[in-house]
Amino acid sequence: MNITIIQVIIVVFALFAWSRAFLRMRGKDISVGEFSFWSLIWIAVLIVAISPGLIGGVSGILGIGRGIDLAVYISILLLFYLVFRVYVSLDAQKNEITKLVREISIRDVKIKDSKKKK
Amino acid sequence: MNIFIVIAAYNEGKSIAKVISGLKKAGYNNIVVVDDGSKDDTYHIALNAGATVLRHVVNRGQGAALKTGIEYSLRSGADIIVTFDADGQHRVEDLKAMIAPVKSGQYDITVGSRFLKPVDMPFFRRLTLKIAVFVVWFFYGARMTDAHNGFRVMNRKAAQTINITSDRMEHASQIVEEIHKKNLKFKEVPVTILYTDYSMQHGHGGVLQALKVLARMIIRRIIE
Repeated sequence: MNITIIQVIIVVFALFAWSRAFLRMRGKDISVGEFSFWSLIWIAVLIVAISPGLIGGVSGILGIGRGIDLAVYISILLLFYLVFRVYVSLDAQKNEITKLVREISIRDVKIKDSKKKK
Repeated sequence: MNIFIVIAAYNEGKSIAKVISGLKKAGYNNIVVVDDGSKDDTYHIALNAGATVLRHVVNRGQGAALKTGIEYSLRSGADIIVTFDADGQHRVEDLKAMIAPVKSGQYDITVGSRFLKPVDMPFFRRLTLKIAVFVVWFFYGARMTDAHNGFRVMNRKAAQTINITSDRMEHASQIVEEIHKKNLKFKEVPVTILYTDYSMQHGHGGVLQALKVLARMIIRRIIE
């Protein structure tokens, strides 16, 4: 089996990303569930990178010529989904900021009013 | 009846004092200005003009600012809440006709319309507004002649029921949606919009802005 340079790069990168996810779990920044999700993804990347022939069968069934094409398609789908998730959570965060800003502004005026009354 | 006038202001230092003094002269004393994180001196100018001024520490958009003003008015015991523009586009003279249908209890909310009487308006602005009317009809089945007029009068019930979640410009369409979803009794009242050079500069952008708003409306529909 010939190992190409790109395979080495992908393997190194996947290991690096996986280790980051592990460190963040240990630091309790992400939950075990989230870590498992990322582990699954990076393990899949590792497997496909080391032996692309493995998914050749599956891609054949799906009508996609090369295994590597299947990997690219799945990655794009996954990316779209992740972007959507980020968009939704960003939107929720924006709403929370607005709520905070609103409450601060109302509280400030109320405090000023009560001072005036005194 | 406690009438509160809510004005959302973002960098309106040049016009806000005149708007406030006009309202005061007409006898409206509960004026709530929401300074939406302005970079100019809107806050102090409005304060000196005699309004209650709430300050957003960071800019959150017109929809968010209006909601803040409405929320404050409700907590302060308002019976009727008016939303009014800060750039001098709306005429104080139209207020009486806008408030009357709500005050009498016949309607929950009145919305100003500039198309109920003949009007001279720059072509692109007319086009943008007509697109908005179409969009509102398409999405919500609401027949209105002017979907994006910022001049509104609502009673307490309407103010409590209408839920504005859009922080930016699409709040105008959202209010129309809420009126229809929650079966509020509404009426369009003819008003005159003053197109001064100042208000044109401060206007709500052109067709591009309208398309942006449309895009956000569609995205919101998908998410919710």
